Amino acid sequence: MKRAFGKPEKLAIYRDRIFEEINLLGIGSLGIVAIISVFMGAVITLQSAFNFESPLIPVYAVGVAVRDSMILEFSPAIVSLILAGKVGSSIASEIGTMRVTEQVDALEIMGINSASYLIFPKIIASLLFNPVLIVFSMFLGVLGGYIFGVLTGVVTDYEFIYGITYDFRPYNVIYALIKSGVFAFIIASVPAYHGYYTQGGALEVGRSSTRGVVYSSVLILAFDLILTQLLLS
Amino acid sequence: MIIGESGSGKTTILKCMVGLNELDSGEVLYNGRNFYDLDFNGKKAIRKEIGMLFQGGALFDSKTVEENVVFPISMFTDQSESEKRDRANFCLQRVNLKNANKLYPSELSGGMKKRVAIARAIAVQPKYLFCDEPNSGLDPITSIVIDNLIKEITDEYEITTIVITHDMNSVIEIGDKIMFIYKGDNWWEGSKEEILKTENIEVCDFVYATKFMKNLRSKF
Repeated sequence: MKRAFGKPEKLAIYRDRIFEEINLLGIGSLGIVAIISVFMGAVITLQSAFNFESPLIPVYAVGVAVRDSMILEFSPAIVSLILAGKVGSSIASEIGTMRVTEQVDALEIMGINSASYLIFPKIIASLLFNPVLIVFSMFLGVLGGYIFGVLTGVVTDYEFIYGITYDFRPYNVIYALIKSGVFAFIIASVPAYHGYYTQGGALEVGRSSTRGVVYSSVLILAFDLILTQLLLS
Repeated sequence: MIIGESGSGKTTILKCMVGLNELDSGEVLYNGRNFYDLDFNGKKAIRKEIGMLFQGGALFDSKTVEENVVFPISMFTDQSESEKRDRANFCLQRVNLKNANKLYPSELSGGMKKRVAIARAIAVQPKYLFCDEPNSGLDPITSIVIDNLIKEITDEYEITTIVITHDMNSVIEIGDKIMFIYKGDNWWEGSKEEILKTENIEVCDFVYATKFMKNLRSKF
């Protein structure tokens, strides 16, 4: 990991690599994040409406539930877990394949710090773009909840909008962004580590990819708990 | 040339020479400098003088043929884009590869991949060229083409070339100084003329393993 943060050989090439990775890992994930977020928001809306049967609970609480669920947990944690699967397996298998086909050795022979060249741009791209994806997910989750809530008639548009603006705490968004930054580092670095140290052939590349996804998912859940305790207690 | 049976340690020796493996003992000297005593920058400086042809080519899958050859030039020079492309085209033409600039490695044949790998290796004018089984997986005609290319480039650029192979045709074709590795040890050294006449049992078992070579020996 120390080598991954070594001095870059040529800044211009690393800058181009970061943009490539943002395109590949970030923009390439917009579709799946959008679909999952819209459906998550819709499901939370319907489930909240179904469970808030008591006349003592106002209907606008559905909006509050959707907003806080998306901002506090679903967008930063669940979307990061999904990205750990999608992006993490892609990173581990890409670097693992490069390792077993001697492309990593070819970089080393050229005098290039292969760990830095391959891993550093992925971590930076993930750190830069993951928070964007998470904010995008929050917005689409709430939008999905609004559309499906109003379409199914479980909440009116006025009540939903009142709910999502009721007692809004900007700190929750900051908390979510801090979490997404930590998760972004885990999503890029853990699978990259497993890919980089792949030994063998195609079978081992698959195993590295699986290990990368499993370890990064477990770490995300562990840090979710730790950060929640640290930042919200 | 370094020859020997599969599993005898040829590739391990080559990887030790270029710093990809750690040494258990011994030294690797480049102009009197022990590679393994150098710091990162010292090693980097020597690696800039090294070109390597890997067994499978080790071309970057995500880059086109031209981008593969341009890559080391971009990393180590401050040439303009057009200068880099000119140099890459020159190297590709040198290895007789035309109209393949925009192809990806997955679209190339085994022989073409080797030629692109040679072009990439010579792109920054190395002083040392290491070739790990350059003929593996190639038909006999393409093997001869690759052998001749390595020989021509070695003579033309006056570089030191070390070739790992177990192909005796290559040894006879382009071998100069030959080292036979047996069970990880330097078992025998000599010229190609000497290897054909040696009485060393292990070397003879290896060199005259095929009928063709046995017939060749009967002529000496």
